[in-house]
This record gives sequence, structure tokens and C-alpha cells, in this order.
Amino acid sequence: MPLPKRRHSQARGRKRRTHYKIAAPNLSECSNCHSLRLPHHVCPECGFYNGKEIITPGKD
Amino acid sequence: MRHGRKIKKLGRTPAHRKAMLSNMATSLIMHSTIKTTPVKAREVCRVVDRLVTLAKRGDLHARRQAALTIRDKAALQRLFGDIGPQLTSRNGGYTRALHWGIRRGDGAPLSIVQLLVEKSTPEEETKDKKKQSKAKTETAAE
Repeated sequence: MPLPKRRHSQARGRKRRTHYKIAAPNLSECSNCHSLRLPHHVCPECGFYNGKEIITPGKD
Repeated sequence: MRHGRKIKKLGRTPAHRKAMLSNMATSLIMHSTIKTTPVKAREVCRVVDRLVTLAKRGDLHARRQAALTIRDKAALQRLFGDIGPQLTSRNGGYTRALHWGIRRGDGAPLSIVQLLVEKSTPEEETKDKKKQSKAKTETAAE
């Protein structure tokens, strides 16, 4: 079975993983209540989407 | 090759898929709004749109055809007694599926599916149902 020839230092792995990053969510402003929400999503704050009330928040 | 076969399999066997979509359609009819994943949301929209078309026809054959999917008696009554008449002015597109957010737990995207009927609070709904069943028993008695 193939095996690694050399020891892999901690630094090598850590350097590779410097590129593993979490991207910030791309948020947009709700046109009704001006809070931040995910684009193309119903606003979780006011329950509006595309100018219409879809759901009344808190009732669930 | 499976060119042009439009069924979304949803990772389930045919029986499992049919049962799940039937359950989801029943829930949507009873509650007017449900939350689920986007793919299931679109599939349940297809099913429910067809059921509403049957409800608008409203004859006994349509009712029996709908009963193949909706096994719940109360849901079938609501579909034919309440939802069908409310949607006579609308030609198709009886449901709406919008993105809702991310599910805690598994990070799955969620959609919110709505049946485009008048909003009613759960209390009013139960009252309506009681009235309907009462009205039905009365007409049956006559």
C-alpha cells in the first residue's frame, strides 16, 4: 500500500488551510423595514417579500 | 436515458415519494402555509395545483380522483368546500413558494409554501370547519 515518504509538518497543513475561510453572507436591505436580509428571501423581521406581507412574524 | 422525464425523485422510492407528497399536500391544505426545502416545495406545488383544479371542477368524479392523493377526510372537505370556491377567479398558480432562510441543525435552505387563499387565524379556521361540518350535517339531515 502506498504510504507518505516524509513527515508532514504542522506548518505545511496550517499554511494550506489559511485559504479555508468562511465567506460573509451577501445581505441586502429589506425594502419594507430596512433591516438586513438574505436577497430573494422573505424578510424574517417584517415577513414581507416583493412589497407584500407573506407571513406575520412571531406567529409561526 | 432519462431525457425529458420531469419527476424529481427526491432520493426516495416511488412509494415513499408518493406518500410524502400526499402528506405534504394534506398539510398545505389544512394549514395554508408550510415550510420545507425548496425542491420539495416546488414538487408539492405541482401536486396541490392539480388538486385545486379538481376541486374547482367539484363533481363526484373529481372528488374521488382527489381522494386518491388526499386520504384525510377533513382535508378533502376543506379542499372542495373552502379552497376550490375561493380560487375560481384564478387560472392556475394557486400556490406560492418563496425562499425563507436556513434551517438550524442541518443548514438546509428552507422555502415557505402558501396556498393563495384568504388568511385566517387558526382559531377562525377551526370555527369555520365546525360551521362547515355543522352545515354539512344539516344539509345531509334535510
